[in-house]
Parts: sequence; C-alpha cells; structure tokens
Amino acid sequence: MDSQTAERTAHLPQVTEPRNPGMPLDLDWVRLAQANTSAIERRAATLPGRRSVKKDHQAAWLLRAISCIDLTTLSGDDTVGRVRRLCAKARQPVRADMLAALDMQGLTTGAVCVYHDMIPTAVDALAGTGIPVAAVSTGFPAGLSPFHLRVAEIEESVRAGAHEIDIVISRRHVLTGNWQALYDEMKAFRTACGDAHVKAILATGELGSLRNVARASLVCMMAGADFIKTSTGKESVNATLPVSLVMIRAIREYHERTGYRVGYKPAGGISKAKDALVYLSLMKDELGDRWLQPDLFRFGASSLLGDIERQLEHYLTGAYSAGYRHAMG
Amino acid sequence: MTVKEIFETMEYGPAPESAAEALAWLVDQGDRFGHFIDGSFTAPGDGFESRNPATDEVLATLTQATQADVDSAISAARKAQAKWESLGGAGRARYLYAIARLLQKHSRLFAVLETLDNGKPIRESRDIDIPLAQRHFYYHAGMAQLMESELPDREALGVCGQIIPWNFPLLMLAWKIAPALAMGNTVVLKPAEYTSLTALLFADICRQAGLPKGVVNIVTGDGAVGEMIVASDVDKIAFTGSTSVGRKIQQAVAGSGKALTLELGGKSPYIVFDDADIDSAIEGLVDAIWFNQGQVCCAGSRLLVQEGIAETFHARLKARMDKLRIGSPLDKCIDVGAVVDPVQLDTITRMVESNSAGEIHQAQVEMPAQGCFYPPTLIQGLEPSDPLMQEEIFGPVLVSCTFRTPAEVVELANNTRYGLAATVWTENVNLALDIAPKLVAGVVWVNATNLFDAAAGFGGVRESGFGREGGWEGLSAYTRSKTKLNKLTKVEAFRGDGAPADALDRTAKMYVAGKQARPDSGYSKPVYGKNGALLGHVGLGNRKDVRNAVEAAAGVKAWSKTTGHLRAQILYYIGENLSARADEFAHRIDAMTGKRGGAAEVDASIQRLFTAAAWADKYDGQAHGVPIRGVALAMKEPVGVIGALCADEAPLLGLVSAMAPAISMGNRVVLAASEPFPLAATDFYQILETSDVPAGVVNILTGSHAELAKPLASHMNVDAVWSFSSTNLSTEIEHAAASNIKRSWVNNGMAFDWKTDHTRAFLQASTEVKNIWVPYGE
Repeated sequence: MDSQTAERTAHLPQVTEPRNPGMPLDLDWVRLAQANTSAIERRAATLPGRRSVKKDHQAAWLLRAISCIDLTTLSGDDTVGRVRRLCAKARQPVRADMLAALDMQGLTTGAVCVYHDMIPTAVDALAGTGIPVAAVSTGFPAGLSPFHLRVAEIEESVRAGAHEIDIVISRRHVLTGNWQALYDEMKAFRTACGDAHVKAILATGELGSLRNVARASLVCMMAGADFIKTSTGKESVNATLPVSLVMIRAIREYHERTGYRVGYKPAGGISKAKDALVYLSLMKDELGDRWLQPDLFRFGASSLLGDIERQLEHYLTGAYSAGYRHAMG
Repeated sequence: MTVKEIFETMEYGPAPESAAEALAWLVDQGDRFGHFIDGSFTAPGDGFESRNPATDEVLATLTQATQADVDSAISAARKAQAKWESLGGAGRARYLYAIARLLQKHSRLFAVLETLDNGKPIRESRDIDIPLAQRHFYYHAGMAQLMESELPDREALGVCGQIIPWNFPLLMLAWKIAPALAMGNTVVLKPAEYTSLTALLFADICRQAGLPKGVVNIVTGDGAVGEMIVASDVDKIAFTGSTSVGRKIQQAVAGSGKALTLELGGKSPYIVFDDADIDSAIEGLVDAIWFNQGQVCCAGSRLLVQEGIAETFHARLKARMDKLRIGSPLDKCIDVGAVVDPVQLDTITRMVESNSAGEIHQAQVEMPAQGCFYPPTLIQGLEPSDPLMQEEIFGPVLVSCTFRTPAEVVELANNTRYGLAATVWTENVNLALDIAPKLVAGVVWVNATNLFDAAAGFGGVRESGFGREGGWEGLSAYTRSKTKLNKLTKVEAFRGDGAPADALDRTAKMYVAGKQARPDSGYSKPVYGKNGALLGHVGLGNRKDVRNAVEAAAGVKAWSKTTGHLRAQILYYIGENLSARADEFAHRIDAMTGKRGGAAEVDASIQRLFTAAAWADKYDGQAHGVPIRGVALAMKEPVGVIGALCADEAPLLGLVSAMAPAISMGNRVVLAASEPFPLAATDFYQILETSDVPAGVVNILTGSHAELAKPLASHMNVDAVWSFSSTNLSTEIEHAAASNIKRSWVNNGMAFDWKTDHTRAFLQASTEVKNIWVPYGE
C-alpha cells in the first residue's frame, strides 16, 4: 500500500483488505447461478420486520451509515461552487455540536462522487481530509460511447486525481448472454484504473431479471471489480432490496470460493434513515460485520444524509427535527 | 456501551416491544379468568397458572372446566344455534366482519399477548399470526354472505366442539371459529391450557361485536376438558393437535354420528434439487423449521437435498444458522423465541439426545441465560430408518439426508406415516409440476414454504388427519347435506331348502386382481330366493380375502394416474355392457329380493355409471386467489384405496353408486357385495371383465359384512372406508379406522334412498384436495 492511500483513508479503521485480483472467467459457475425472484422478494419484504435497531444503537448505526455514504452530485448543471459545497458537507456531514455530543468528531462521509470534469475541484476541496474522490466514468450513464474513449476516460480521471472509478457495464452484453464480452470489457476497465479502485455499475434496472443480476455480478467480480454497484441513479428502477440481496449473495459466494472480499454499493432511491438501517442489517446478516466498513460498503446517495441528520438530532434532543437546522450539502 | 463504541461493534442491541398494554389488560381482568359461556365470563374457579415461557412469570390464573361447565357451554351453544342459523348468511356476515375489524383494531394487543403467552417472536405474532386470523374472519364473512346462493343444498351441522393447540393459539381459533360461524354453527372451543389468553381476549371481542350470546363459548382446561367436549352432545368435533390424541378422538366419536375433522402431526419433506436457488432454499428453511421454534405441524423438518449440492448446501445452511438470533420473544430483532413450556423443551431435548446417528450442528449463537430456549439444530446424514427421520420432534430441529433422482426423492418423501405438507425447490417448472402431484401431502409449496391463506385449504392425508380448513373445500367440514335420511332396518337373507334349478354347480367366486378367486376360508353359503329356491352359492370372505383384495387394489397405482377421459371411456363401456345384459340383471335382482324393482334398479345403475363417466374429466380443481403473486392450485386427487360395504337393499345399484364415482376419480376399490343378495355383484364382475377395467381397480368380496368390516377398516393400506351395510357396523368400523387415521363414511344405521343420485357426495368422498402453491415472477 502506498503512502498516499494510507493518507487518504487514514480515518478508516481498516485498510488491510487485499484487492480482488479477479480470476479466469468460469462460465460453468456463471451459468449455474440462480435467483428465484419470488423467494428473494419475500426475504427482502420480511427483513425490515425481522431486524430493528433502537436508541443508542440506532444512533451509532446511522453514524456508521454516514461513514459509508458516497456523497454524490451527478447533474448536468454541476458547477465548481456546487461541488465545493458538497465537499464541505462531506467533511462536516453533521453539525459540529451534534458530533461533539455524540463524541464522534472527525466523522466524514465515505467519499464524494462526481463527474470527470469536477474531479480537480473535489480533490482540491477535500485535500488533507482523507476523503477519496470517486468519479463516474466510461460514458456514464449509458456506457455506449466508443470503447477506446471509455477506457481513455478512466485513465484521464485517474490522472485527474480520482481514487475510485465507477464504471458502467454494457448492458447489451448481459441481455444477450455474452459473458465473455462483459468479462473482457470489465477487465480492460480494471486495468485502466491501475491503483484506483473500480466499482462496476450493473444498472440492474436494465438487466431484465434477477438471474441476470446474479450472473453479471459474478462476471464483474471474476474480471476484478473491487465493488459491484446497483445503478447509475439514472435508470427508472435503482437500488432495491431484492437486487441487493442477489448481489450480496454473489459477493458472499465469490468470497467463499476465492477468499477475496468484494464491496457493495447500492445507489439511487435510498433516501431515508430507516432504509439505511435495513441495508446495514442486510449486509450484517447476509455478509457479516466486515462488510459494514466503508472499504466494503457504500451508499450512493444524495438526500439520505439530510434524513439521518434529522434523526440524529431527534435522538439527541427527543424532539423531531427540521431540515433547515442542518447545513446544505 | 457508548454510541462511539457501538459504532465500532455494530451490534444490534435490544429492541423490546412494550408489554405494558397487554399486562394492563390482564390486570383489568383481575389476572384471573373464568370461562366464556352464554355471552359472559363465569366466576374464576379452581385452575392452573398460565406462564410466560421466556421468563417463567405467571401471567394469569385460569379455570379448569368441570363437567358442569362444559355442559352449560354446550347447552348455551345449543340454545343459540337455531336462531344464529336462521339469521341467514348475510346477517352472520355482519358479525364476522365486525369481529375481523375488531381483531384488526386490537391487533397489537393480541400480538403482544400471544407472544407473552406462547413465547413466539413478536415479529411472527404481529406479522403472521394476527393478520392471518383477521384475514380468516374477513374471508369467511364473505362465505357467510354467499352461503345461500352458492351452497343451496347445505346446512349447518349444529353445535361444534373445537379443540385447538398451543402453537398458533389465536390463528387456530380463527381457523376453527370463522368457518363454523359462517355456516350457521355455534361453537364450544377449548384453547390449549398453555395458551388460553388470546382466546379469552377474543371472547371479549365477541362481546364488543355484539355477537348473540351462546354463539361462541370458550372453556379452558387441559386434555380432560377436551375429553368432556368430545363425549358431549355436539354435532361435530374439530381437533388440531397430535396424531396420538387425534386417534383417541377418532375412536371416541366412532359410530356417534358426530362429524370429525382432524389436523394432526407431520414430518414434512423439504426437497431441494440441484438447480435450485440455494440461498433462497436455505432462507426458506429458516421459515420452515425455525419459524415458531419449529413448533409447526407442517414444518419442513425433513430436508432432502440432491447429492451433488449436498456439501455446499449444508455448509451454507450451517453458516446461516449461526446468524439466527435467539432471545426474548418480545424483542423485535430476534428470529427464534421460547419453546412453549418446559415439558416441550424436555421432549425436544430427550429426542435429540436419544439420537446417535448422523452429524449434529447446533447454531453457534448466544443463548439466553434463562427461559425455555432450544438452539436451532441440524442433524445431517440420517437415513430413513433413523427414528428422527420418522418421528415428529415439534421443535427447532432439522434432519436431513440426500437423494439421487426425482424418482428417488418422491419415494423418500413419501416414506412416512404422515402427509401434511411438502416443499419443493427447483428452477425447473417441469420438475416442480411433476413432483408436486406425486407427493403425499395436503399442501405443497413450490419455491416457498409455510405460506398460508384463508382462501386455500389446509389439511393433511394419511396420519396427518383429514378435512380442510380454508377455501371452498373447508366449508364441507362445517355443513351437511339437507337431505333427510330414514332409519335403516337390517335386510335379512331369505332361507330355503330348495334344490338348484339345474344340476350344475353355481358357486360364484369373488373377484380379486382381475381374476375370479375362491374364498380363502374354503366355505360357501347358499343364496335363496324369496320362495326358498336356491339361486346359487357365494364364498364366505374372510380377512385373508380382504388382504388379497387390498393388495391388488394398492398395486394398481397406475389407475390413479390415468386421464379422466380414459376412465370415462371405461365407465361408459361398463354401462354399455350392463345395458346389453339388463334383462338378465333385472331378473336376478327380482329373484333375490322377491320384488319387481329389478329393471328400474338396472336402469338407475346404468345412469350412475354414465353420470360418473361424465364427471370423470369434469370434477375440476380450483385456482385459489391467494394474496401473493402466484397461485394456489387446489387439485382434486383420488383418496387411494377405498373399502366399501355396499348397500344390502339395492344389490346392484348400491354397489354401482359407490363404485362408479370412486373409480371415476381414480380410486381403486374393494367392495363387499350386498350380504343377503350378493349375486348381482358377482354377476357384475363379468361385466367388468369385458369392459377393459384394469385388474385390481375393482375387487368384489362376498360374505358377512360383520366379518369383513374389521379387517377392511383396520387395514393400514386402505385410505378410506365406507359402510352402507344394513348391519350396523358404524362404531366398529370407525373405531378400527383410527388405526391409520383413515377417512370413514358410514351410514350410522340410516338409509340412503339409492334411487336418488348421490354422485356429488360420492365424488367428494372420493377425492382429497391438495393445494399446490406456485409463486411466480422472474
């Protein structure tokens, strides 16, 4: 691990996880993967009723959720000013007096996630905080620009200082069952990333079936993804519990077989503190506590933080909070 | 721990549901309860304590009912019944609807009280038990509304005695009371002594709903009270509980004319094929065997995994078990609560300790320091011959073995005395829909488990009991035909000493396995006409002939799998061949009975054959509208082997009326011919022989009904026994039928008018409804 990495993730309790090096494409394994939609939906539907986190524990879990947020802005109207404000929020996600009361000074979000052009701004704004900058790439969100340009985009973003690259896969490879093509593409993206970590966005809302989600997850991990991520946030259906269950079960199986831990990032549609708790309990129950750290779990979210701040203030004061009492991001 | 520390450990922490409201309700009732009889609570009497199994705290003191209490409850129910029934379906529907609304209004109180009393996790009582109980009342409010239009020929049974278990206290109450009330019955219900509190709260709800007094009566106490109810003047007993108690009840009500439904134990198979979604199948096991601490009659307690995936499946299963959380049932974040009582905990412990086979894994989880808790347990690598593969444990203990092929797993799954439920996991629709009908069970879940709904009947086959609760099929358990029957007098054979009309020996043989068979006894008896003329001889059948006939019938399983179309063709053919010899049969009947009704009887018999043929491919099942994305297919399956003592007074029509619907539905039958007038039946097998009826489908015995009744009724390979004999053998038959919890249909000394077509009733008695749940979605 180079010292730069050590510096930028200094606030994380652990950075010892070896990166997933990938493996040869194992089509037997991919084709055996099954995902029974109705059973998965039942598990997802009952999970919120099976797990409940209250009082001190809830506050602690919500703080943990904050540490796992990729605070995100991915809009056509992003400007330098907008990104600076977001980065300020990433540095100080919760009002200082509240963090002091919770004895959690120094808490930051997991990362800031922006488009390529905003990388220098974000890197500058986050200098010295240890908060990594993630950039979406490879013709995000559709991923249909020329392949060599998508690879070049990754290289540019890494050069610009992004520590994490969120790539989008070619959905057509999944929809046509062309696993070799998906593997080759992902492997090329991973190579282009170099030391930067790569998150593979599957755009699960466009893959047609949970079985395809399971298979695409495996192929991306085999090709060396550090994280697998549900969505761009631009599809009509983004992160859902059933999709999450399928992806994290794929992660679990990959770990069982290879010994490597791959991270998980649900993105889009997670806006309530309660949802965040359900996701954390899903990770804890299906994968284990190790996956509750920001090096293996991230929320791709923009409005989630606001709801968590209100819940934390309620925890501290006993009174329901108001949005304007918390700083904009 | 500080927030900062929890931030590091990320533990769940306690999430208790408050018990305050429920405890306050108990205090309001004085912590002591009498019975609910005739619309009000009796003064508390001598009794017993109801405890919280998780903490051993006393929740309340309950009253042990005396004979006088039971009598007064029954008489209150009796007094209320006629008026309740005459209120009409729409009138009753309003009360059922009101009860449903009140259950919903007080849902949290019911849930918390249930959890305190039973030890089940609050999640289950809150999200499963109580909502399903509400649903049952809503659903049956609808059934009451529809009764007059949809069931015009049915009426209430009268007063129903209902005895329910401790595993789903309020839900079992709902399953019993809702359909009974909907159909115009009144009830006396006894909750289990461990878990009576929600039944008493329900009594309070009945008052709030303004339910007429006496319609619902609740008496508390132990098994002795149950025995009193069974022995009392009720029209029906409905019991859910263990097979051993069910058997005793079946024996106790034998010959009493009381209707009976039994929902008993199980050792339900949980089948996982190698193409299944393994993680989902494992998660399903959590809901199968660790739901309600495994204290579920239909628990998927017998895991059968295809050999190729067994190793990985078991490894992942153990990992999943270690993630289960066991603890305070009121905690909203636990998976497994307390076993209902120290007695049950002791039973589970002893059963597991007695086993030395296989390999045991107990969940590596933190166990509560006190209370009735048992860790989730897996015993893998058992063989069908190991006791724990056969015996119901009724606790959180899963046993497993492997299989090689679909055919083998069907054999393994069915290698049990029980037949309640089954679960099948595969992503192959062809395989799932091939296996489900082959499993001997009342309920089959495909890629799911423990799904319940009021719209789909629940109940078992074999020693898991009989009768269905829920759905249209459940209504027959609480109604009877409006047809009034007359007393049947014993039909005596004529005596005589006449010589045969010609010198040839006319000893009719019996008909077994498609062949004419001499009686094992080597004895025959003469058959005389009214004027004393010798008409012929018939063999005196005995228990060995019964054995041979049942063996033949049991062997021809293929008949049950033939198409309705084919069975119809054969039935038409029988009718056609009988028609060709109508005069001869008419003459024979007249000669035996000394009456002139032979021609009409033959004609009616041909009609019965044609009617049964017509039904063979039309007695359809249903697709129930259950509240999932999927369907519950209510398939009508043949009962199996049916033994019947045929009517004495109608020697041909009685036999054909029973035989034709039975075989049209795919059953195989062993028929005892009319005892005084047997020759029409023995002539009839010549018709069968020329009508392409496969050997063994119909077997005909002759001789004394009294002699044949017991071996037939007690035979373990006979699935149902019917008696229309004029010898009153009902008590003996129903008592013997309890050997394997056999379905019985006896006349209790009442006469059927055989000229009337009873085909509908026979079709119903010839079929079992199996509900196959098929969730779907890709």
